[in-house]
Amino acid sequence: MSEPPILFEEHLPGGGLWSWVLRRHTTLRLTDLEGGANVGLMAYNADEPLDRLNLPDTLKAQYTAKFTRGHVLMSDMGRALLSITADTCGWHDPLGGHGNAALVRAKYGERNYQQARNDWYRNAHDNFLVELGKHGLGARDLVANVNFFSRLDADEEGRLTFHLGNSKAGDFIDLRAEMNVLVVLNTCQHPLDPKPSYEPKPVKLTLLKTPSPAPDDFCRNFRGENHRCFELTERYFA
Amino acid sequence: MSTLIYTESPLVPADAIHDFTLPAGEGWMHEIKRGQTLRIVDLEGNQAADTLFYNAHDMSDRYSAQDTIRAQGAIYLTTGTKLMSSEGNVLLTITADTCGRHDTLGGACATESNQVRYALDKRWMHACRDTFTLQVLRWGRGASKADITHNINFFMNVPVTPEGGLRFADGVSAGGRYVEMRAEMDVIALISNCPQLNNPCNAYNPTPVRLLIWN
Repeated sequence: MSEPPILFEEHLPGGGLWSWVLRRHTTLRLTDLEGGANVGLMAYNADEPLDRLNLPDTLKAQYTAKFTRGHVLMSDMGRALLSITADTCGWHDPLGGHGNAALVRAKYGERNYQQARNDWYRNAHDNFLVELGKHGLGARDLVANVNFFSRLDADEEGRLTFHLGNSKAGDFIDLRAEMNVLVVLNTCQHPLDPKPSYEPKPVKLTLLKTPSPAPDDFCRNFRGENHRCFELTERYFA
Repeated sequence: MSTLIYTESPLVPADAIHDFTLPAGEGWMHEIKRGQTLRIVDLEGNQAADTLFYNAHDMSDRYSAQDTIRAQGAIYLTTGTKLMSSEGNVLLTITADTCGRHDTLGGACATESNQVRYALDKRWMHACRDTFTLQVLRWGRGASKADITHNINFFMNVPVTPEGGLRFADGVSAGGRYVEMRAEMDVIALISNCPQLNNPCNAYNPTPVRLLIWN
């Protein structure tokens, strides 16, 4: 299979923030450059943002508590936002959420902009709010986020353990937009990352020009639920 | 097999300031003052009570399933769980629980997710998110669908497997079991007593829950 054409690339340092409206059927590739990255991500229908990522709906439709190739991130209107069309990592966390200023202060201490310029300690909650604000959204629009490249293991009592070494340098995941999708993301450390130091890792963001999903598309046919989700999305564009 | 811990409450219904039975398929939105205790009773067993909470003084600060999971490092809710808000506040603390485990991953049923999960012609069937929507619109004060976030399913059992699967397991509840929580700040409770008929979350037989509040 030939590599799809690259529309643009950006380098996002650890602790960074980013948002973009992905055009329908383009693909955002996230690449973990050094290993151990974490990308917290929320997604919205860019044309109608009340139609937004709903992780409970997404997880129960696919009977999963992790994400990998074949899974579809679904909206609360039963539509497909992003399909995971490629994944070299194998496990991405939908459970752990994101940290806020208090968590970062408690874990890593304080480092403000005045002292450290752009090496200051950022937190995922504020990063999300900043990027939501750029699109006229705010605190009421925060939804449960995915943490790409991170993994939590649950034991029988439901206790969670952060899985070290889940993602390696060069691992990537491809997210194909199934509508015009506003993605809001940041590269802060996972909130349950046990590492005692503030060391968020960089990622590369690549926008790829990809074809619309064929009838035999892997994600569309991954489960009956996904097929119906694609049908509802196509009805939305009918 | 995992262990469930049951904690009884000393509170007696005769002392409650509010005692109300909510039929299946209906909603309830009510302010609970700091220090008051809310009890939800699964009257007939295996009923799902889909529940959201808000900071009564700022609805944008609301229950967050992920912050609750992160804060306790565990998925299931039971006695001792602090129900966390999106801005990092403790909304309520679970103080008694004779069921032993409650879900906050499965979310609420919706007409659209029923189409995805079961069949495209299921959209007409009543669902929790419709109940939530009607309740928040009636509540007014600018509340809207944006305020309907990821809820708690009291009395539901949704285990995560070691392989990362999500199961909708047989209920661990039964008739008369209850969960009780103390408000740590003034909160608004929003409950949809689940009408789902497409899966066993209500044992295919949605039944009433009883709601009590103590000062």
